[in-house]
Amino acid sequence: MAEYVRSQSAGPQLIGRVIIYSLLILVAVYYLMPLFVMVTTSLKTLDDIRSGNLIALPKALTLEPWIKAWGTACTGVFCGGLKGNFMNSVTFVVPAVIISTFIGAMNGYALTMWRFRGSDVMFTALLLGCFIPFQVVLLPMAQTLGYLGMANSIAGLIFVHVVYGLAFTTLFFRNFYVTVPAELAKAARIDGAGFFTIFWRIILPLSPPIIVVCVIWQFTQIWNDFLFGVVFSSGQRQPITVALNNLVNTSTGVKEYNVDMAAAIIAGLPTLLVYVVAGKYFLRGLTAGAIKG
Amino acid sequence: MDAVQSALPKLVLSPTLLTALVFVYGFILWTGWLSFTESRLLPRYEFAGLTQYITLFENDRWWTALRNLGIFGSLFIGICLGLGLLLAILLDQRIRAEGFLRAIYLYPMALSFIVTGTAWRWILNPGLGFEHLVRSLGFQTFTFDWIVTPGMSIYAVVIAGVWQSTGFVMALFLAGLRGVDDAIIKAAQVDGAGPVRIYTRIIVPSLRPVFFSALIILAHIAIKSFDLVMALTGGGPGYSSDLPATFMYTFAFNRNQIGLGAASAMMMLFTVIAIIIPMMYSETRRAGHG
Amino acid sequence: MGALSIKQVMKRYGAVEVLKGIDIEVDDGEFLILVGPSGCGKSTLLNIIAGLDTATAGEIWIGGRMVNQLSPKDRDIAMVFQSYALYPTMTVRENISFGLQMRKVPKHEQDEIVARVAKILQMDHLLDRKPNQLSGGQRQRVAMGRAIARDPALFLFDEPLSNLDAKLRVEMRHEIKQLHDRLKATIVYVTHDQIEAMTLGTLIAVMKDGEIRQFGRPQEIYNSPADLFVAGFIGSPSMNFIRAPVVRQASSVGVQLTSAAGTFHLPMVHLADQLAPWVGKELIFGIRPEQITDTVVSRHVNGFAHQRSVPIDMVEPTGPDTLVIMQLNGTRVVSRVRPEQAPSPGSTMDFVFDVSKAVFFDPQTEKRAA
Repeated sequence: MAEYVRSQSAGPQLIGRVIIYSLLILVAVYYLMPLFVMVTTSLKTLDDIRSGNLIALPKALTLEPWIKAWGTACTGVFCGGLKGNFMNSVTFVVPAVIISTFIGAMNGYALTMWRFRGSDVMFTALLLGCFIPFQVVLLPMAQTLGYLGMANSIAGLIFVHVVYGLAFTTLFFRNFYVTVPAELAKAARIDGAGFFTIFWRIILPLSPPIIVVCVIWQFTQIWNDFLFGVVFSSGQRQPITVALNNLVNTSTGVKEYNVDMAAAIIAGLPTLLVYVVAGKYFLRGLTAGAIKG
Repeated sequence: MDAVQSALPKLVLSPTLLTALVFVYGFILWTGWLSFTESRLLPRYEFAGLTQYITLFENDRWWTALRNLGIFGSLFIGICLGLGLLLAILLDQRIRAEGFLRAIYLYPMALSFIVTGTAWRWILNPGLGFEHLVRSLGFQTFTFDWIVTPGMSIYAVVIAGVWQSTGFVMALFLAGLRGVDDAIIKAAQVDGAGPVRIYTRIIVPSLRPVFFSALIILAHIAIKSFDLVMALTGGGPGYSSDLPATFMYTFAFNRNQIGLGAASAMMMLFTVIAIIIPMMYSETRRAGHG
Repeated sequence: MGALSIKQVMKRYGAVEVLKGIDIEVDDGEFLILVGPSGCGKSTLLNIIAGLDTATAGEIWIGGRMVNQLSPKDRDIAMVFQSYALYPTMTVRENISFGLQMRKVPKHEQDEIVARVAKILQMDHLLDRKPNQLSGGQRQRVAMGRAIARDPALFLFDEPLSNLDAKLRVEMRHEIKQLHDRLKATIVYVTHDQIEAMTLGTLIAVMKDGEIRQFGRPQEIYNSPADLFVAGFIGSPSMNFIRAPVVRQASSVGVQLTSAAGTFHLPMVHLADQLAPWVGKELIFGIRPEQITDTVVSRHVNGFAHQRSVPIDMVEPTGPDTLVIMQLNGTRVVSRVRPEQAPSPGSTMDFVFDVSKAVFFDPQTEKRAA
């Protein structure tokens, strides 16, 4: 499209290009700087940090901060590093992603291929759930988890993330299945297939693109969550985001900025890796969520 | 049609629907009820009128939170939209390594706000961070201690927030730009319009729907902002960078003031409804006529 | 008992009546066409026959059984859709055998059936391809193969040719007709294209606004339409409708037609009795373009063929013939003449009006008067 929007002569064109590239590179620096700073700081000793500056390279590389962040740093009363919390996160994120994706897929399928009176109303009611600020459900949920005996447990976190993730996963799959011709399901019904057979044999096999988008989106959202983690868990059950925040905010003794940075990277690595590997799908998830049905 | 088969879709959807009814709408009502009670450490369910709301609006900290929301919200949304649009337009100019640059602008969205907050907290650290860096380059009197200055702490949150979310807006605008009809642009060129004119008078106006989508999502993020503040400033110094979300958390869970926390949560909900619903409504109506 | 019996089927969506009481009887081996403009209810009726939708009232009988309560898979039917609806992740072979699998047909029988079907439709070389590797015509054939494999009592086609380009459409129409002849299948076919209706069908039901306007053999419907709508819908270019006064001249009753050159009388000898009550009033005179020709084409001037001179407005060559357009009684009238006989616009030409197939409609009720 931009091919058409061009000045004609070479001189101004060149200056224009230089300006454009300069701006883009400047902004890129703004974006990359924090990452650079995090990595370099995490590899410096505290002396190095104090004597040098923000963007200086480490004078003597050290992996001490990483070892400490993983195994011995204090996240509150407990001083066992982030490894336990990392495992906590893994333990609840994986099931939550799988369950919410699977239910979302079935919901999307039921809503688009088996239209009935009220299915659109149902969908809208569900969709509104994407918009509420979660603050309005925290107090009742805390109470409820208590009644159900799931307070401060991995099961509780899985439950919460599934419940509040369903709106998004259903949205993804519903928007995707809307593009699949409904006659496919009709033909299968005439062929003798029932509700679940059609889903399993016909619809699911053409779903991999949206499944990937949904999984990546859910993984990122749930792994990165802090609010549910901080309200519904405590102590050693906490997810890594909460533990990271505790670690950084612990004010006993000297602030170990290098450990803080290493810890932040550990916490951010899984989702960042997913982004690097499957960034294209990540983007699709973002834009799919933005283009509401 | 088989009775069983026709019942199945409804059966499949019912758990999710039930979940939404109970855990979304039901809980909203519950929190609403709590906001009309005098609950402190434990919930009490006797109706107490609007006392919590009155207390809320007599609370200095709440007003600070609201003011901060206004400042943060408008700056965050404004800069994200502006910078996002600019980046999208720049990237649309057939840039080499466009994919690479796009990936760089977008990666912060993959990070948790806690990670972002932690990183920027370090960068904005007076004495060891950016301030120190500039000073060490010779500018001895440079100060950049916003993060520990009560009046300026909320602006530090803006910097970090913009860093996190602009890439997303850029991606939306870029997709929108790519969807513009070539024929209209050619017609404008034939009419003698230069590139800047074409952008300002034709292309940007046609991005209105994208603009609205982005606006709604950014407003939503701004109102819900909690993680970022907790990690970057903890709401401080004092409560100078508090936002409604951090206010709610503090009073509901740390200060044992469930009723007040509930009232602040309901206020957040009303804000979302009051701002986002009319926007969506007017956009869908416009889309219907447009 | 016939292959398909539709008895007083009605369908209502809330307050809207989409089907107002449909009665159709079809014997084995017939090719029934449901034709009509969009919104007439033909697809709804097809879905009800298939079991994909339920009737609000009425009965559907297939092969001697009442199937209202049966699900689609138990009705012994097969359906071919407009968008082919082939399972995209399965090969052609798997597409065809899917229904057989669902009915737990033993594997070796499945293979036999697939092979037989592939032979009939000449698709042997396509069996291991996926739908996205096939052309439009090939996909349609696979869709038909899937239907044939079920060996059903009734084949249902839902506008299967609408997605094809003109040339392919003609080819596939031919194939479908061949299939009907070979398999002696009973077919219900929905289309909005009246050419398809005329060429393929052995029985046609012309529908409008949820009712059947006329049901009968193609030629019957063509020559003897029951009302104005059917007359105008079937046939292309469509029938001319001229509002004309019925006049008694000498011993014959006929219509009076006025052109820029003057007025003339067309006697309808064979319709004298039917037209008698209408003398002095106006009727809508229907005559098809091919009944108005040049003097060379028509064989003789006799009791039915009358030669008249009329000034012409426009000439539209179509290749095989030329449409010559004139004005009679203020209406645009189309005639078909040999291209060589075509005159130039503005001149006057001698036409032969063959009224042997003329039809008349009551202007108020739009029903057939004579």
